[in-house]
Amino acid sequence: MLAEFLQYLFTGITIGATYALIALGFTLIYNASHVINFAQGEFLMIGGMATVSLTAMGVPMIIAIVLAIILAGVLGIALQRFAIAPAKQADVVTLIIITIGASIFIRGIAQVVWGKEYHVMQNFSSDEPIWVFGAVLNSQSLWVLGVGAVVVVALVLFFTKTLTGKAILATSMNKEAARLVGVRTQMVLMLAFLVSALLGSVAGIVVAPITFTSYDIGIILGLKGFVAAAIGGLGSGVGAVVGGLALGIVEAMAAGYISSDYKDAVAFSMILLVLFFMPRGLFGPKVVERV
Amino acid sequence: MLNRFMQSRLRGLVVLALILVIIPAFLSNSFQYGMVTQIAILAATVVGLNLLVGFAGQISLGHAGFFGLGAYFTGIATGTYGWPSVPALLVGAIMVGIIAWVVGRPILRLKGHYLSMATLAVGFIIAIILNNERALTGGPDGMPVPAFEVFGWELSSFGRYSLLGLEIEGFEAWYIFASVILLVAVWFALNLIESPIGRALRSVHGSEVAASVVGVNTAKYKSLVFVISAIYASLMGSLYAHFLGFITPAVASFEFSILFITMVVLGGMGSTFGVILGAAVLTLLPQVLADFQELETVMFGLILMLTMIFMPKGLLPTLTAIVSKRMRKKAGGEA
Repeated sequence: MLAEFLQYLFTGITIGATYALIALGFTLIYNASHVINFAQGEFLMIGGMATVSLTAMGVPMIIAIVLAIILAGVLGIALQRFAIAPAKQADVVTLIIITIGASIFIRGIAQVVWGKEYHVMQNFSSDEPIWVFGAVLNSQSLWVLGVGAVVVVALVLFFTKTLTGKAILATSMNKEAARLVGVRTQMVLMLAFLVSALLGSVAGIVVAPITFTSYDIGIILGLKGFVAAAIGGLGSGVGAVVGGLALGIVEAMAAGYISSDYKDAVAFSMILLVLFFMPRGLFGPKVVERV
Repeated sequence: MLNRFMQSRLRGLVVLALILVIIPAFLSNSFQYGMVTQIAILAATVVGLNLLVGFAGQISLGHAGFFGLGAYFTGIATGTYGWPSVPALLVGAIMVGIIAWVVGRPILRLKGHYLSMATLAVGFIIAIILNNERALTGGPDGMPVPAFEVFGWELSSFGRYSLLGLEIEGFEAWYIFASVILLVAVWFALNLIESPIGRALRSVHGSEVAASVVGVNTAKYKSLVFVISAIYASLMGSLYAHFLGFITPAVASFEFSILFITMVVLGGMGSTFGVILGAAVLTLLPQVLADFQELETVMFGLILMLTMIFMPKGLLPTLTAIVSKRMRKKAGGEA
């Protein structure tokens, strides 16, 4: 009984931590620009796939990971510079469609470069599973949780201790006012895309040994990240983390105790429940509109 | 007199009807007829979705869910239980309307992207149910759907019919039927836009706060237009199922929802005729790009991105703006 429960909990927390990182990426870009970036999942895919293909070429894993993260970062900046920035006067909905176009484009390139097969990535450390009260814990899960925690702490420090982080926060609160006090808002937008690309690629790399990776893995992972952000209240950092973990755990429990066919349905029902009963999400901001 | 008529809202409808009459001159086989029929049905769906996007300023990321529900209700009711087509189509639409109302009413009281999240969830839940209830839906393999029939008269792509003394093929008959449906869908949408409901909706899009201050019940109108757009999707889903004769859960998929919303934005949000163009372009584009083989996806994404970057208002509004600018210049030059 306990072993079973723990097993589901481990699975849930691991995948939930990944969702949390993706959700944070959505939140960053949403706060800076009100755009829901549908290309977020592609950053994960790039992270995982680039690492796999570089290690296959004989590059040591740690260097492969760094290169993959840099590649995703460059892609994030390119997305903002060449796709979002030129469409200055566009409606938010139009910008969202541009990110959809970008995600199809990136996925198309990945399919040409890496093919359609699934790729397996090695665990970072040993393949030996860890036994906890009769439940199996994949050593990679610890990596996911550890890296997730480090990233969250780093983000908190970035936003509270650095001038750049504060500039991003200021822009997300009030763009006009931020510009008036000298924040270069275009720069901030680019930074938001960069940071969320880095977040996405890190998530994609640490989770790849567990889920495997392929050119189209970004679709479903990106979507789950969006669901997590929505549950947490789109725009809230704490909400993204809590929403991600909650989604992961509920999903794993639903798959274990109810039916694995309907685990995704349970995840999506969570959005509806949250919207019906806690409309701003678990941690969403209170919005008062000034006219 | 003619001038006055050209200014009226019937103008677009007449132009569309003329285009639909001319199109068969360029079609030579049943495959091409099938494509155009499909475009007409999808166009009618996005004309409905456009009411929501263009006039209530809300986006739905789950319209394929409603489309798929209509398709499967028709498939199951007519195929498995032997219902006639029209009652199946209507009952399906009522059911979808009720679902949309139940989901939309509490959520449309909120401002922001909440409807997009809720519709995304509803669309996914519908797709998951269709995929998993194998006994009812055939699961991922799909299910056959009988031909459309009214009082024993069947409309099948493979039949032969006589119309006004002319012998026509089944696929031609379907094209005519779908064209009429599209015209009715457009006519209804244009009337709705000009009705008091439409005016209230546009005020909501302009400034929701101002609208509610002058007494427009914004949540009620937004829910109403959401329900109408969902019913459009359900009805067209039912017809699509009859037309194809075979459906899979792909008709309810997230990809299909994204395709619908992309048709609206690419064609031109708020422009009834623009979204029809969007439906045509996005249905034909993969056919054209098939020659690029493995680069097909890359090209599709690139074209979508570039169009939206350089024509953020959408294809038709941008093109009409260019044409009217040219004409004004020309008129200015002559004077």
